[in-house]
Amino acid sequence: MSKGMVLIGSTFVVLAFFSFPGCSNPKEAVLSGGDQVKLRSIQSRRFETNDKNKTLRTAMATLQDLGFVIDEADETLGTVSATKLDRYALRITVAVRPYGENQLVVRANAQYNLKAVEDPEPYQQFFTAFEKAMFLTAHQVE
Amino acid sequence: MSKRYLLFSAVLFLSLMFQGCESIPKDALRMNEATIEQRRLQTRVFDTSDEAQILSASASLLQDLGFTLDKSETKLGLIVASKDRSAANAGQVTGAVILAALFGTPCTYDEKQKIRASVVTHPVYEGKGGTAVRVTFQRVVWDNYGRITKLERLNDTDLYVGFFDKLSKAVFLEAHEI
Repeated sequence: MSKGMVLIGSTFVVLAFFSFPGCSNPKEAVLSGGDQVKLRSIQSRRFETNDKNKTLRTAMATLQDLGFVIDEADETLGTVSATKLDRYALRITVAVRPYGENQLVVRANAQYNLKAVEDPEPYQQFFTAFEKAMFLTAHQVE
Repeated sequence: MSKRYLLFSAVLFLSLMFQGCESIPKDALRMNEATIEQRRLQTRVFDTSDEAQILSASASLLQDLGFTLDKSETKLGLIVASKDRSAANAGQVTGAVILAALFGTPCTYDEKQKIRASVVTHPVYEGKGGTAVRVTFQRVVWDNYGRITKLERLNDTDLYVGFFDKLSKAVFLEAHEI
């Protein structure tokens, strides 16, 4: 074996060793996650309404606008899940729960391929689209 | 093991490794110019306020098209359905076989696909009112080795036009209990 081959071979082994830390451990995979408080704050927004049905419907419409296919929804639980396929798989769950008498908290969490989305930016983009839709729905002539 | 083979496996391994590390595309959750156009293509408004009837007609149509229903939530106007079909294309299979015979490359071709559809209805209050229906389709394609080769939205205009033509008919049949 030449020196070059040994070098390539050993780089390969070292990379293999470092590339899978924790991946095979189910406990870490289940309990892994970012800072709970920070995550909740980037993934949640409060809205001045107590109409859960309309908020969930608006979430579904926003997700369809963003290219998602809705996977499931449950009015009682207040959740909507959807998947976007665009050479990647992006799955999102939007949960709506009451906050006080007249407010709702909307929380979205997403996973991109095999990773949790923890950057604030994608959530800001989602809520920008969602807030616009909520505003339009609130100002519809009924 | 040749040097070239070793180098090739190292490159392949690295590319697979970084695929898992890549982060979400910048525009994945952003509205763009195409959003409004797609919404128009994927939506029809029916001249009735009976949302349940429209949902029921949509479910019947999905069954007509060979979909099986996966989930539904009538209180939110949702039906989710899917169908598994062959993705084999005679041209692609022939090409793969010829390439395999000539160059000894593995013979791979698309074998099966899962098509998913979700129908969402909502009441319309503007104008004459009615019930809006929006349908979206996507599919996953696997090759003959069970590997995913395509993850995509179906954006073909004809697909949506065809779906809504059939839905109009289904709503008519539903209304007349045929």
